[in-house]
Amino acid sequence: MVRRPPSPLPLAVVVGVIALVGLLAYGLASSEPDRGIERALARGERQPPPAFTLPRLGESGKSSLADFRGQVVVLNYWASWCEPCRAESPLLERWQRRLARRNATVVGVNVLDVSSDALSFVREYDLTYPMLRDRDGRTQRALGIVAYPETFVLDRRGWIVATRRGPVDERFLERTVLPLLDERE
Amino acid sequence: MRSILRAIVLLCLAACLATPGLAAAACPKTSVADIEDEVMCPVCGTPLALATEAPQANRERAFVLELVERCRSKAQIKAALVDQFGPRVLAMPRREGFDLAAYSVPLLALLAAGAGIAVATLRWRRAAAAEHSEKGSDGTPAADATGGAELEADMARYDL
Repeated sequence: MVRRPPSPLPLAVVVGVIALVGLLAYGLASSEPDRGIERALARGERQPPPAFTLPRLGESGKSSLADFRGQVVVLNYWASWCEPCRAESPLLERWQRRLARRNATVVGVNVLDVSSDALSFVREYDLTYPMLRDRDGRTQRALGIVAYPETFVLDRRGWIVATRRGPVDERFLERTVLPLLDERE
Repeated sequence: MRSILRAIVLLCLAACLATPGLAAAACPKTSVADIEDEVMCPVCGTPLALATEAPQANRERAFVLELVERCRSKAQIKAALVDQFGPRVLAMPRREGFDLAAYSVPLLALLAAGAGIAVATLRWRRAAAAEHSEKGSDGTPAADATGGAELEADMARYDL
């Protein structure tokens, strides 16, 4: 007696539904920001940042984070269309003038912005610290950036010591940057 | 003299009428609305047309408008957007290089799924047909040759 196999159509529907649910789960999982840095910092562990090289804003040539090794770095992600970035820029420039004397620097990363707007912003606030440009935001995913501005404080070895999701203030910079200035590489 | 004046006036009129036409021909017209459904707001992760509130979307829209007003074509404006924000600003992947996979892979997957379903359906129908022929046309099992002979022998034994 020939055994009749089950109809393939219900099977196809089930496979299709499973594929759709899988796709949805993947979409949800991949849109979650990476909070690995915060978790490590909460355990008291400093974190190496992702290695990247970006073009300099308004200049030819590229720079990488490794170029700043040996300096304390305040790495600030910003965009000209971001209002809180406007609010914190004068503070960052004041700190740059203060840090430059202690082998430390602010490094700005302009992200997802029109380059002429970014340059106008730099001129408007008279920002003197090095500026890089991440036109498509490819470096921000590994840092878990989901909004602007966001700031990372790196020690002289180039490891992340602190993060601020949102605009920095005087107190944050004093608390996180000043102790690093006396550290050696 | 009067005919010369008339010719000059006609020439001036023709020039005045032709200028907007020439300007229009030299200026490929497009609009923000025509472009914003084909490009993304990179921060929002949605097409620009759907991002009505985001500051980055508003700035991107203003950038597009500046280029529209400078008579840039749709292709030129898209190229300028890619230059500013990278290729991910395009809502539709390019039809070249690796991006071509965005079109070819779903098509191949669809063909493979269709072929799989067709083969499974054919096998299922064949099995159903075989099962049907095994049973009688009224759905009862068909008697085989041996069964038929046994029935004949039984009938003869009872001598009805």
